[in-house]
Amino acid sequence: MSAGSLRLRGRSRADHARGALFQGLLLFSLAIGFVTLGVLLFDVLQRGLPYLDLALLTNAPSTDPQIAGARPAILATVYMMVILLVTVLPIGVATAIYLEEYANKERWYNRLLDLNIQNLAAVPSIVYGILGLAFLVRGLGLGRVLLAGALILTLLVLPIVIVSSREAIRAVPDSIRQGGYALGATQWQVIWRQVLPSAIPGIATGSILALARAIGETAPLILVGALTYVSFNPTIMGPFTALPIQIYQYISRPQEEFKLIAAAAIIVLLAILLTMNAFAIWLRNRYQKRW
Amino acid sequence: MPPMETTAAPVKIAGMRVETAGARELPAQREVLFDVKDLRVTYAGVPALDGVSLEIYRNYITAFIGPSGCGKSTFIRCFNRLNDMIPSASVEGSVLYHGEDLYGKDVDPVEVRKLIGMVFQKPNPFPKSIYDNIAFGPRVLGMKDGLDERVEQALHQAALWDEVKDRLKESALSLSGGQQQRLCIARCLAVEPEVILMDEPASALDPISTTRIEDLMHELKRNYTIVIVTHNMQQAARVADKTAFFSVDVAPDGNRRTGILVEYDDTSKIFTTPADKRTEDYVTGRFG
Repeated sequence: MSAGSLRLRGRSRADHARGALFQGLLLFSLAIGFVTLGVLLFDVLQRGLPYLDLALLTNAPSTDPQIAGARPAILATVYMMVILLVTVLPIGVATAIYLEEYANKERWYNRLLDLNIQNLAAVPSIVYGILGLAFLVRGLGLGRVLLAGALILTLLVLPIVIVSSREAIRAVPDSIRQGGYALGATQWQVIWRQVLPSAIPGIATGSILALARAIGETAPLILVGALTYVSFNPTIMGPFTALPIQIYQYISRPQEEFKLIAAAAIIVLLAILLTMNAFAIWLRNRYQKRW
Repeated sequence: MPPMETTAAPVKIAGMRVETAGARELPAQREVLFDVKDLRVTYAGVPALDGVSLEIYRNYITAFIGPSGCGKSTFIRCFNRLNDMIPSASVEGSVLYHGEDLYGKDVDPVEVRKLIGMVFQKPNPFPKSIYDNIAFGPRVLGMKDGLDERVEQALHQAALWDEVKDRLKESALSLSGGQQQRLCIARCLAVEPEVILMDEPASALDPISTTRIEDLMHELKRNYTIVIVTHNMQQAARVADKTAFFSVDVAPDGNRRTGILVEYDDTSKIFTTPADKRTEDYVTGRFG
């Protein structure tokens, strides 16, 4: 190449302008989400922080805003999360193991299962509520109790746990399985001793995010009969409310002070959510495998 | 020492002089360990390998060479029934091991894999400590007595002990590629197999690590029977006592490519005076 044919400056200004414009558009899109979140957080913190005190966590709801708290709702939410974890993890992980490790994908019924689980993840939560009302509350005769609410949340987030567990299991390279088989391990030994331990960070992360989704759900709980005013501690087989429902109840009261208590309760809910998400991220970073 | 079978002189491969393995010691008596008869492997009905018959002898190193797609990796996976893992794969014909068909009705593939170990192309240590990698096999097979000694012995046999003895609790992924592959060999030895299958064990390694693996194979030959697939003809010439050359048979319509066994003989013979023109073309570098 002769020196004269080397072109280092040729791009038109218009090209550069287009590039800059595009970058600006991207930043603008980012800003929409970010600013909205920021304004919301600011508003909630500004109103709620003065009311965020121990009384909110330890007192029951009351018609007197001076002593009104959200203890039964917070407790019920915690109970439901524990039941949810105990039910959704074994079912979700077992389903994921079957679909990834055992199911022959050439069989039509396995493909049907696969398709249905993906569809389930997209079903609106209110539909789960109707199912819960018809099947759990009336069909099984559980009644309008906390357990029914926890079980319906289980069904709601089950697809999320299955999908994330499947991804975690699929991310374990086949060479690990083959290495295990080549040593004379059975399929179960390979799954239990190699595949699952390697997949645990991914499974845990997905499960925590599913729990975070469940904690904010309101619609299905209202349908299975969560009450809006509960002034006593919940029991598993008794009437209950949940934190998002309690917040809604406070906001819909006429007195201005209750709206501020609601803002404080929102902070509690957000804090629980953010803690769970942070834990999920920490887990993922801490145990992430590099192959 | 009993009298030895000696066959070989140095051979030339693509102009390079390579010492063949035949000059080294072989068992006094040739004992058939595997007797493969008319083996055919199909994937979803399409044959990948057809009409393969050969015998593999005890305490020999047997190499499978040939161009890509000739079915040599498919073939080696027939010896430990690893093709069973692929749902669409089916194996016809028989692989007799000590006279018993590995594909017989009541043969448990898990038991087969205890006796016939395998080392893969890419080192595949488990994401655990060095110790736990070696101990995995004995643990799943219930060989729990003297586990520490077993681990140490396997690492000695794989010539890795001196390099890792002070860091057995460290992750196996912290080892270099060559060390990882020797770890995989040690892992295989820890369950005391009779046969070690090696599917291109050095293709992902640098030349020095490759040499170490090859030296190791010569050591292991005394106690084990080794079958190796290799892309590298010099490697086959350096390590193998017997070499089988596989090729691809293209159907007249050009649509179907099936792996076939072209020639199987002493390594020195394959590389110096092959009987088949196709073998000669391949080993002299005219094809493949």
